[in-house]
Amino acid sequence: MSALPRAAELGLIGCHVCGLVCRDTGREDAACPRCGAALHRRKRASVTRTWALLVAAFILYIPANVLPIMRTVSLGDVDDNTILSGVVELWVKGSPDLAVIVFTASIVVPMMKFLVIGMLLVCAQRGSRWAQAQRAKLYRMVEFIGYWSMLDVFVVALLTALVQFGFFSQVEPLPGVVYFGLTVVLTMLASMSFDPRMIWDAGTD
Amino acid sequence: MTDENRPGPTGGLPEPAVRRRRFGASLIWLVPALAALVGLSLAVNAWLQSGPTITISFLGAEGIEAGKTPVKYKNVVIGKVERIDLSPDRSHVLVRVALAKSAEGFATADTRYWVVRPRIGLGGVSGVDTLLSGSFIGADVGDSQEYRDLFTGLETPPAVLHGAPGKSFILHSDDLGSLDIGSPVYYRRIQVGRVASYQLDKDGKGVSLQIFVDGPNDRFVTQASRFWNASGVDVSLGADGLKVNSQSLATVLAGGVAFQDPPGPHDSTPAPENASFRLFADQATAMAPPDGPARYVRMRFDQSLRGLAVGAPVEFLGINIGKVVSINLDYDDARKRFPVLVGAVVYPQRLGRAYEKLSAAAQAKGDDADMANLVGKLVDHGLRAQARTGNLLTGQLYIALDFVPNAPKATFDPAGKPLELPTAPGSFDKLQEQLAEIVDKIQKIPFDSIGRNLDQTLAELHGTLRQVNGQVLPQFRSTLEGAQRTLGSADSALSADSPLQRSLGDTLEQLQRMARSLRALTDYLGGHPEALIRGRKADPVPGRPTPAPAETTKQGSQP
Repeated sequence: MSALPRAAELGLIGCHVCGLVCRDTGREDAACPRCGAALHRRKRASVTRTWALLVAAFILYIPANVLPIMRTVSLGDVDDNTILSGVVELWVKGSPDLAVIVFTASIVVPMMKFLVIGMLLVCAQRGSRWAQAQRAKLYRMVEFIGYWSMLDVFVVALLTALVQFGFFSQVEPLPGVVYFGLTVVLTMLASMSFDPRMIWDAGTD
Repeated sequence: MTDENRPGPTGGLPEPAVRRRRFGASLIWLVPALAALVGLSLAVNAWLQSGPTITISFLGAEGIEAGKTPVKYKNVVIGKVERIDLSPDRSHVLVRVALAKSAEGFATADTRYWVVRPRIGLGGVSGVDTLLSGSFIGADVGDSQEYRDLFTGLETPPAVLHGAPGKSFILHSDDLGSLDIGSPVYYRRIQVGRVASYQLDKDGKGVSLQIFVDGPNDRFVTQASRFWNASGVDVSLGADGLKVNSQSLATVLAGGVAFQDPPGPHDSTPAPENASFRLFADQATAMAPPDGPARYVRMRFDQSLRGLAVGAPVEFLGINIGKVVSINLDYDDARKRFPVLVGAVVYPQRLGRAYEKLSAAAQAKGDDADMANLVGKLVDHGLRAQARTGNLLTGQLYIALDFVPNAPKATFDPAGKPLELPTAPGSFDKLQEQLAEIVDKIQKIPFDSIGRNLDQTLAELHGTLRQVNGQVLPQFRSTLEGAQRTLGSADSALSADSPLQRSLGDTLEQLQRMARSLRALTDYLGGHPEALIRGRKADPVPGRPTPAPAETTKQGSQP
């Protein structure tokens, strides 16, 4: 229990956009009288939305990994690669550094995001007071690295555009990359729809 | 924003405006629902698309990559290699292939699979595209509907795909020669097919080849067609010069099979599928009339057979009826000799009509028409095997079956297995023997004593001559002198002025006169024949000389 009163206890609500403090009428559809932005003490249905987006992202993450993301045709040799087989191939063919990067960006980061957001949600729902500061840090990290999860999609997009030498060498995107892109977008949306203030709703020690 | 809201800790704050709701929070679940739908549809699609999984065993997995190597039929991908495992006994690899849903029909009992790799042979190059794209597994589906998921992959591509127009035939040969799977089959030097497969006969005594002749040329294979091995070059030296014969350069290197109908009347109905033919070694043998069954005969020669080789011909009255197949040495303990055993196969049917007539005659007599009996009779009439020189330069021998005049009686066992033909020394050997005899006789002439006697005789002759010189010649000389004298006197007696010569002239003159008077007498008597009786008329013709009385003259001149 902190000594300082919380806005909710004072019956106040602040606008996220212009910072105007209003009286909390308790209405769901309140808007900022100054800038017109929606007024809510917490993001509306944050947990539900985040869960929904997270679940959707996870569902799409399955085809993103199972389906091949890129087809490399070089001298008639057709090679379809999924994310994981691409990593393996990089590793086997003597680029372990690249393999590690791709593995981190495409496998570790999305998985971590699922775990972290899921954990944040569960903790928020249970009103846990466990490691609140660390959870807040984790949330900021997830938000930050979310931008970089699209690495694979960028690689495929770049290669497809650059490597078009007809018979000798050609790169084509395959459906897997779409699902991977959707997964990344959905995880980013999920992390955006999570309201980090919920971490602290349980109160501080 | 209103001023009245501003003062006061709570009361002075502005009231929030009211905006219409956007959408219910629960609608957000549409997103995962949609994602689930997409995922589900993918899963269902994948499940629907996935066909049967089959396992193909190969001897090695060269060129096959799990998750990559496709399975193709007519160059359309019908599946993909999922994984490659070693068989439990490590003798081969098991390739698991996921077939597409549309390729369910390829999981049937008679489908064949093989790995398409680049192959470079004398017959050509195949699978070049796989050099770059990597190997793939080829498939050929049959008619069977029976489901099967375990296959044994072929190590070489099948020469004939299912459903190709044409016919398969079986050829039997003694050996494979230079043929291989894919070797061409020629008809009038046009390639019409190829060797599809070959295998050893079960008893190991020959090779069976399966050839495939493409349609529509398969109709040229008739019941009577003859097949021969067209590999290599056929060089023959005949009366019209050197002749080199070959099908094509490719067959010289890689071998091939050719076929043709025999000349003359023959059964020209097309041969049925999988008909069996014999593969001959060359065209000449193939085109020859059929040999019929071969018979093995053995001959025992008591002479050196240097120059006789396995494969040398066996001729009967100059007709090739077989060949030598073995030459072995034997030991005759009784005579302490080393006879040479020659084994040969003969084809009685090569005798043609002679054989037919012989067997017909034997059958008419009620005898067994078996070759052994026929030969027995011929042996009684002097049939003997001889090793003759076929080529005086190289000394090559051949076996001639011929009737030897005054041949010594030979024993012949018609029931013997193998049949053993009696032999006679060859003509060349006979000549050698006779020469040896002559030399022997010459050696028997006592040249030493002849020489001695001659020497003696010459000595005696020498004495005789000395005698002739000392005694005979002086006498001979005096005799000659005497003769010379005689000739001198004769010469003088005959000279022109000698008395003898003169009296001889007078005598001749008188003789001439006498002839004249005799003619006058005959003339007169011709005119006056009565004068013989009455004498001469009184009045002679004036002027004529009075001849001598006719009677006396006539009487006198007659002797």
